[in-house]
Amino acid sequence: MRELTYAQAINEALRQCMKEDERVILLGEDIGVYGGVFQVTAGLLNEFGPERVIDTPIAEAGFTGASVGAALTGMRPVVEIMFIDFTTVCMDMIINQMAKMHYMFGGRGKVPMVLRINIGAGRGTAAQHSQSFHALFMHIPGLYVAVPSTPYDAKGLMIEAIKNDNPVVFVEHKKLYVEKGDVPEESYTIPFGQAEIKREGRDLTIVATHAMVLRSLNAAEEAAKEGIDVEIVDPRTLVPLDRATILESVKKTGRLLVADEGHKTCGVAAEISAMVAEEAIYYLKAPVARVCSPDTPVPFSPPLEQAYIPDVKDLVPAIKRLMEYA
Amino acid sequence: MKIDKETLLKLFTTMLKIRLFEERIVDLYARGLVPGLVHLYIGEEAIASGVCAGLRDDDYITSTHRGHGHVMAKGADLKLMMAELFGKKTGYCKGKGGSMHIADMELGILGANGIAGGGLPIAVGSGLSAKLRGTDQVTACFFGDDASNNGTFHESLNLASLYKLPVIFVCENNLYGISVGQEKQRLLQDIALRAANYDMPGVVVDGNDVLEVYNATIKAVKRGRAGEGPSLIECKTYRWRGHHEGDPNQGRRYRTTEEIESWKKKDPIERMAANLITDKVVTKKKLDALKKQAMEEIEEAVTYANESEFPALEEMYEDVYVQGDERR
Repeated sequence: MRELTYAQAINEALRQCMKEDERVILLGEDIGVYGGVFQVTAGLLNEFGPERVIDTPIAEAGFTGASVGAALTGMRPVVEIMFIDFTTVCMDMIINQMAKMHYMFGGRGKVPMVLRINIGAGRGTAAQHSQSFHALFMHIPGLYVAVPSTPYDAKGLMIEAIKNDNPVVFVEHKKLYVEKGDVPEESYTIPFGQAEIKREGRDLTIVATHAMVLRSLNAAEEAAKEGIDVEIVDPRTLVPLDRATILESVKKTGRLLVADEGHKTCGVAAEISAMVAEEAIYYLKAPVARVCSPDTPVPFSPPLEQAYIPDVKDLVPAIKRLMEYA
Repeated sequence: MKIDKETLLKLFTTMLKIRLFEERIVDLYARGLVPGLVHLYIGEEAIASGVCAGLRDDDYITSTHRGHGHVMAKGADLKLMMAELFGKKTGYCKGKGGSMHIADMELGILGANGIAGGGLPIAVGSGLSAKLRGTDQVTACFFGDDASNNGTFHESLNLASLYKLPVIFVCENNLYGISVGQEKQRLLQDIALRAANYDMPGVVVDGNDVLEVYNATIKAVKRGRAGEGPSLIECKTYRWRGHHEGDPNQGRRYRTTEEIESWKKKDPIERMAANLITDKVVTKKKLDALKKQAMEEIEEAVTYANESEFPALEEMYEDVYVQGDERR
């Protein structure tokens, strides 16, 4: 099958949806002429024109709120916030407006829009361009939260996000943009709330998101050399969360490690760990482990940043520790 | 501009109905039938009435925390409104929104809004949507004086002007942001001056004169429909009650009795009633009949709200997400 990068896969999803449905419009900073800072929207301005690919001023609250208003009145906007870090300046539009309108209005009106953001450290851009606080959106009822880890998932989840009638926070990972994978040319969707087993195993379950899926696959190869058979579950959407697949895997292996690049405290891993503790604690042979970013801002200096990013160096020891419990 | 008799009566009746509705809420709130927070529009009725009379049914409005007047002027059903204020399942939002979140997409009411300045970007969005869909619908965006100090005001005026969107920014300047007087909020007291920064017309009107508000709206609507871009109308007015029901002594911690009384002398409804009679547009008897009719309508709404059920507890979990979509 044809290979695309993660960025190209999202680009293709946007292009196909825009061709199919003229209500789909794009708004964001530097998404037109420049093609987006990660080139996700490259070429779309030429193809669809400035009315549908809108290079906005640096006014996140303004254009995110405008997208809410446009969605309420019949459009299907896809908004790019350049980095998740910048959602803080438009959080009212996301949390108080976009997420809640359908509920507050008693089911009157809907807000079919996609908010594209990205997470991930590793580019030397310090504490305001590298954060991974996507768990925050999981905390807000009314939002769907997609977290693709592969080009295939990115395309299918994006098309689903655009066709879905609910507001979707689409969380990309900036270290994955250049990763390649098989992607079908035709349009397809991946339904929300369906996890995928990215690697089957008997001994231990890793629930991993985003780049942590790739990192866990590498760690699993390391562990395999010592006879440890790791299973990797990728939830693909955090809301809705495919609890059943996670629980089924944990019940099979009896060991759970959750790997997510967000901070450890109150993060995605904390939520999934708590869910398993509530639903399946008697199946566990070992304590739950979390491999996450430390509870510090993202540091700038390269050695510090490399140490900060949760990776194979953190996953392998965590796997071995869990295997010490019989 | 000459305004026909029918429009004059519509303007008057809308103001009157809002006043009577709000006065009824004072009583219902005091008796505990309306829970939570209510922000009443008494004294400011001319603005919503004048603006919405200049709109078509398919035009949009965005509203504020003080939104009863806006949605009534845009045609909201009084029964559904009252039931919502009571928290009943028959209300506009099935009892899940309350006073600050009344919305009706069929009437172009894109929601009252509990966040000061929250409605401005949304109005830009409905303006953008109308433009992209090729309709000539306009959006009237109501907001308060202190919302003009929020970043969303500046971002929204800039975007609307940049993209020449059919949005009418209606500032209801009632001189106070909750308890903080406008001289403590900003140095320039005329918010309309800020329009110049965004290359759009900005006018100050007497917000207690419904005809002035209406005439300014007609101009702004014409400009919007012609694709010439947004306008800003600043309406100087005053709220008679406190910020919300329960604000001690109707806001006398930060306002003097003299000030409040001086504004009551500028009552937009009495002023118009006097003019209508002097100009022989209507008789006193006709005005009394209008009042009686409005009161009956409000009483019907109260009865409806009273007799309606509260939502069942499991309804809490409904409407968080849209179920299904165009595909299924």
